[in-house]
Amino acid sequence: MLLTRHLGELWRHRALVAALAGRELKGRYRGSVLGFLWTFLNPLLLLLVYALVFSVYFRVQMEHYAVFMFTGLLPWIFFSQGLMEGAGAIVDGGSLVTKVLFPQQVLPAVKVVSNFVNFLLSLPILLFFMLADGLRPGPAMLAFPVVALVHLAFTFACVLVLCVATVFMRDTRHILGNLITLWFFLTPVLYPLTQVPERWQWLVYLNPAAVFTLSYHDVIFWGRWPRWDHLGLLALLSLAILAVGVRVFEHYKEYFAEKI
Amino acid sequence: MSSPPAIEVSDLVKRFRREMLVRDYGTWKSLLLRPFSRQRRRDLVTVLDGVNFSVDPGRTLAIIGQNGSGKSTLLKILAGIYKPDAGVVKVRGRVSSLIELGAGFHPEFSGRENVQLNAAILGLSKKEIAERFDHIVAYSGLGEYIDAPVRTYSSGMYVRLGFSVAVNVDPDVLLVDEVLAVGDEAFAHKCEDKVNQFRRAGKTIVLVTHDLGAVEKYADEVIWLDGGCVAARGEPKPVIDAYRQKVATQEDQIRRDQCQSEGELRQERWGDGDVVIEAVRVLDAAGGERAVFQHGEALTLEIDYRQVKPTDDLVFGVALSTAQGVLCYGSNTHIDRAELGQAPPAGTVRLAIERLDLVQGTYLLDVAAHAKDGRAYDYIKQITSFAVRSPVGDEGVFRPPHRWSLAPRREA
Repeated sequence: MLLTRHLGELWRHRALVAALAGRELKGRYRGSVLGFLWTFLNPLLLLLVYALVFSVYFRVQMEHYAVFMFTGLLPWIFFSQGLMEGAGAIVDGGSLVTKVLFPQQVLPAVKVVSNFVNFLLSLPILLFFMLADGLRPGPAMLAFPVVALVHLAFTFACVLVLCVATVFMRDTRHILGNLITLWFFLTPVLYPLTQVPERWQWLVYLNPAAVFTLSYHDVIFWGRWPRWDHLGLLALLSLAILAVGVRVFEHYKEYFAEKI
Repeated sequence: MSSPPAIEVSDLVKRFRREMLVRDYGTWKSLLLRPFSRQRRRDLVTVLDGVNFSVDPGRTLAIIGQNGSGKSTLLKILAGIYKPDAGVVKVRGRVSSLIELGAGFHPEFSGRENVQLNAAILGLSKKEIAERFDHIVAYSGLGEYIDAPVRTYSSGMYVRLGFSVAVNVDPDVLLVDEVLAVGDEAFAHKCEDKVNQFRRAGKTIVLVTHDLGAVEKYADEVIWLDGGCVAARGEPKPVIDAYRQKVATQEDQIRRDQCQSEGELRQERWGDGDVVIEAVRVLDAAGGERAVFQHGEALTLEIDYRQVKPTDDLVFGVALSTAQGVLCYGSNTHIDRAELGQAPPAGTVRLAIERLDLVQGTYLLDVAAHAKDGRAYDYIKQITSFAVRSPVGDEGVFRPPHRWSLAPRREA
């Protein structure tokens, strides 16, 4: 089957994905004085900015709001950056696409994986703040890998479609950038679900991004098990998009070298 | 010869969509407006049109042709970067392409790190990279710079490192595009050595280049692509000669067009007009008009004249000079004691030069009709010009037919 062949091929090139993702992560801060430390410093500073704005200026009436907000924000950063960078993966591939024979499905995967690893690396900061704020992670944390995996699958599936679309329509990236901003505010990242009027809450559940955001909130912040039914639906949706994405990618990949 | 060909190409067709920045560029808008539009189908450019050939293992094939003849496209198809629109392409064995050197180098990383990555990109396994790493680094000859970030490299260093990785992939089939033209003398020699080494090792090589000297030196077989079709194929010498001929003919046309439009000749004309030179033609051995000749070719000059007043001491003269105005040769029918007999009232004088033993360059022609005592009837300076092309880089004006030899000297 196309899907398994595509993923199998990706798995066969896992060393290459790892090497390139490593390069992305290391290269990002290469040449700066603090170097890799920025991987931790960036989310930390971001957290302080948000904490300042929402806890001091806005005075949001919610206990441990900084931690709550941060719980949703970190996965969102992975998601949005993964989508943005992933959408340009082929277009920005340059000579790897046009001049050498190269397994091209590696390129979007690298963008997603490197941002995912970046996300995982920022988790200790979150943990530190939880503990500092007097919150203890509960047994529901055990579900974290499942949530993260579904989230990863969903992101990867979207990227696969987007990177092909970007090759043929360069506008995709600019449209996407604005859509993501809208999406961000429609998703309960900065506010708990209870802030949404009750009769509109069903709408929130239609948003795939809300499903993983709420799940992260559940397992990390609220210390309760995620809504498995929602998570399962998201997994199915991811698989469906992945199947479409693989089909689209495999069908159009022979034109990449000519189109770029 | 029982082994199957290393490369088999049959009825290969490749088309590109003609992309105009203004119109065709796909946008969401155009997609929404005419989602099933098929009108773009018409805007196809056929780059390769029914190409057939095969290469036996261990042979070196050179592909020559003018810019835009489809050489690089063909190479990219062999490398698997482009897919053919029709036809079958089979390449047996591991392929390494020297189409782009240092693909995917990251400027912020050291040469060492980039070698690791580039090798992985080119398809080497971790084990293979570990085995060959030292050799690759040594072969690049970068010394201590191997630990400097690649962004600080000179373009020559960059190419050397990329080349070093690419040739150490240990391919069965090596595809080489024009890349060898970069780099300094030492690098050029290194490339040459490597190509020879590959040949000795029985690898199949496909070479795309404009360096016809290199083609003659390396290739077992040559394909001349012209407008996406195989114009000629076979032993290097005849194919190259045919190709040169074609290029010269085209150059010729361009030269003549230029001469007409630009008037690069500073023509001067004087004389009393008793005899009028009506036309001058420069012809090749086959009798066709030409403006570009290969060195050593035959050249015939024809001068049409008409006597306005009958004369009995008519002499025709020709002078040949370089573009810088150095007279190369001058003579006339009188000095040469040519027995032409009484000149008819109107006729054509023909001067046949058996061999143009001139070095490469542009030459200007003067022709004249005058009396024996030198009084000009009609003298035209720089009436026309022609060019001599030569693959040899010798200098001066005149090239005597010659041969070098070497013999040991007996000590007395």
